[in-house]
Amino acid sequence: MIRLEQTSGGAVAAAINAERHRLGSPTTGMVLTLLIIADEDTQSDATGAAAAVARQHPMRIITLIPRADARVSQLDAEISVGGDDGPGEVAVLRLRGELAEHGNSVAIPLLLPDTPVVAYWPGDAPAHPADDPIGRHSQRRITDAAGAQDPWEALRVLKRGYQPGDTDLAWARCTQWRSVLAAAFDAPLGDVRHVRVEGERNNPSVILLGAWLGQQFGATVETVWNDALGISSVSIDLADGLMSITRQDEKTACIVRPGRAEAQITLARRSLSALIAEELRRLDPDDMYGQVITTLEI
Amino acid sequence: MSNPLRSPLDQRLPRIAGPCGMVLFGVTGDLARKKVMPAIYDLANRGFLPPGFSLVGFARRDWADEDFAQIVHDSVREHARTPFREETWQQLCEGIRFVAGDLGDPAAYDELSRVVAELDEQRGTGGNHAFYLSIPPGLFPVVLEHLKTSGLAANTPDAWRRVVIEKPFGHDLKSAQELNALVGTVFDTGSVFRIDHYLGKETVQNILAVRFANEMFEPLWNSNYVDNVQITMAEDIGIGGRAGYYDGIGAARDVIQNHLLQLLALTAMEEPLTFAAAEVRAEKEKVLSAVRLPKDLAAHTARGQYAAGWQGGTPVVGYLQEEGIDPSSHTETFAAMRVDIDNRRWAGVPFYLRTGKRLGRRVTEVAVVFKRAPHLPFLAEAVQELGNNALVFRIQPDEGITVRFGSKVPDTSSIEVRDVTMDFQYGEAFTESSPEAYERLILDVLIGDPPLFPRHVEVELGWTILDPVLDYWAEQGQPDQYASGGWGPQVQYEMLARDGRAWRRP
Ligand SMILES: NC(=O)c1ccc[n+]([C@@H]2O[C@H](COP(=O)([O-])OP(=O)(O)OC[C@H]3O[C@@H](n4cnc5c(N)ncnc54)[C@H](OP(=O)(O)O)[C@@H]3O)[C@@H](O)[C@H]2O)c1
Repeated sequence: MIRLEQTSGGAVAAAINAERHRLGSPTTGMVLTLLIIADEDTQSDATGAAAAVARQHPMRIITLIPRADARVSQLDAEISVGGDDGPGEVAVLRLRGELAEHGNSVAIPLLLPDTPVVAYWPGDAPAHPADDPIGRHSQRRITDAAGAQDPWEALRVLKRGYQPGDTDLAWARCTQWRSVLAAAFDAPLGDVRHVRVEGERNNPSVILLGAWLGQQFGATVETVWNDALGISSVSIDLADGLMSITRQDEKTACIVRPGRAEAQITLARRSLSALIAEELRRLDPDDMYGQVITTLEI
Repeated sequence: MSNPLRSPLDQRLPRIAGPCGMVLFGVTGDLARKKVMPAIYDLANRGFLPPGFSLVGFARRDWADEDFAQIVHDSVREHARTPFREETWQQLCEGIRFVAGDLGDPAAYDELSRVVAELDEQRGTGGNHAFYLSIPPGLFPVVLEHLKTSGLAANTPDAWRRVVIEKPFGHDLKSAQELNALVGTVFDTGSVFRIDHYLGKETVQNILAVRFANEMFEPLWNSNYVDNVQITMAEDIGIGGRAGYYDGIGAARDVIQNHLLQLLALTAMEEPLTFAAAEVRAEKEKVLSAVRLPKDLAAHTARGQYAAGWQGGTPVVGYLQEEGIDPSSHTETFAAMRVDIDNRRWAGVPFYLRTGKRLGRRVTEVAVVFKRAPHLPFLAEAVQELGNNALVFRIQPDEGITVRFGSKVPDTSSIEVRDVTMDFQYGEAFTESSPEAYERLILDVLIGDPPLFPRHVEVELGWTILDPVLDYWAEQGQPDQYASGGWGPQVQYEMLARDGRAWRRP
């Protein structure tokens, strides 16, 4: 790892290139730049998870940590290139003093030319990600309502500020649930009357999953809160009985359908890396998320 | 009724197979243990199999369900790509059944029908079953016949039955047509899935993406700029324990007829109207129909047999000394040939195909070699080291793309030009998210997605191309011997030298 103190965006870019040359691999096959805007509490998990994803999507990861607490403006950087954590380029930048307000100016010289930029806020996010100085460069803007202080308020803000290209990790955490539910309905199960989603109190994924099911089925949705982790079960009233999927442990769930024996299915809780990887697989707007978030009754 | 939870807006939901099961014939075989069963586990582990998925094994063994489950367990433990998870295994295990019997015994198929019906009842497989014939092709007729008479093969409007067959799809045109006719009497065309595992590889699919998504390559993709195309599949291994399969078949039937001609088709075909299976197939069939063999097969084909030698530091025996091989066998373990494509785009551009066992290293690639620049405004010495530009699709290992072009040598006072290569590799083949070809293909079978499976017309076109070469070789006696661990027999170099060209070292 290279540490640079009192440096600049241009100097960081030069240092990354120099490190590439030193390793003897001056050409790169990077497919995107990921900008992570984080605080000291969230930066390390987010950066580490993203670095692991670079195995799949070779990328440059720039983590910006605004530290308005200092009096003097100063940029400090930690750089690593193609290390054990993954083949990507990682720069963790601390923006002190007044510079904390101007992360954009530091990021610009570090964006890889002519490739997509993705912004990711693991904690509190701006009210209008697409209009944020950093969000403006980014064709995909990833927030995480579960990482916010107040998830309900976070969802309200996401709804108001939504622009195509915004997505949220709370939505990505629903994907596996959505996919086993969709698979269950591949065999026609008849009309849906009522949906019940049960899960962790205030967990935004529980809310989003319920909203999606309500919308797609045109059915009423009831939410039941508990102290579990994440989503714990979905039950759906059908004409000929109840179908339900209930999480049993970190990896499996149990599915019950009218007239069928109970069965076990894979429903693994996913790591942050897996969620980020899913986000980076497609960089066009997620229209289904757009529809769910903008019509959320909250 | 369409599924309200699936919407075209929703790009995030992975494809998961609907309710179904698989019946596997040949469970004790090499392919079943090393590829098929591990791939099924990996799919289950990644959550791509439906709840209640069931696997029925069929073999001439006196086993109970648990004994078969143990076989699957061992094969998964040894060969699966994703980590072993007890939970996934338990789920899979609940759906494992075994039917004991001889492939020719009608009673065994009655038992199989009963088990399948019971699974539909107990586990909700919905009458949807794929029959995977991982058995020697000589046994296909018996099995297909019984699947038909027992009613197991019958599709109904709301339940599908599919059959999966493995290469070789015949050993010449006639036998391939017979096989296709036979399969056709039992399953309709859309229910037959022929596995060419190369087509399940990401990089093979990438050939079409690179060609047709870009403006930069396609204008050069013709006889004005391309000098020749070299398609190589080299293996470092010998025949292993598969003497019975290999002897009498040989490299051309085993590899060129299917894999290399598929790679040729993808490299040379015209742009399909869309990427729908039927459109892509139409273009592949067109280009394969335009393939012509040279008149003088002696001058433009080459074959060989590996002799004893050292391979990467280990002494190895020659083909004729392998266990189970007739010491006077004429089967080739190396085959190379030139073909031409008679259409406007490719007239005059030779396509060189070669494959062999016990070569220098394991590599499969498609190299499009460009012409030299028409004029080089440099001193002759300055461009001495400059070769032809090339674009190479590396299919395996290190899947990726290499571009080779000339560039100035730094620190020379006059302009000196030499070849440099630029390399692109997207992602890595070792993460859990990068599936094996068999996973992709088995999932496609269960979903019923046909683009990656060759249809009988392509198979028959392959034999039409290859048959005259095989007939010619059959009269030529023993193939040349080549030392193991190198790049094959000398005749292949003479074959290209006649055309004024040379093989690239892969
Ligand atoms: N192995 C590969 O990598 C590979 C690659 C491409 C294509 N293929 C094709 O895939 C298929 C299977 O290949 P493989 O390598 O797995 O073959 P294998 O190892 O020879 O296995 C053949 C299977 O068929 C069964 N079998 C053979 N004769 C039988 C008979 N008379 N009655 C009942 N069962 C019989 C064997 O069961 P027993 O144990 O009872 O003999 C065994 O389970 C073949 O069509 C082959 O051409 C294989």
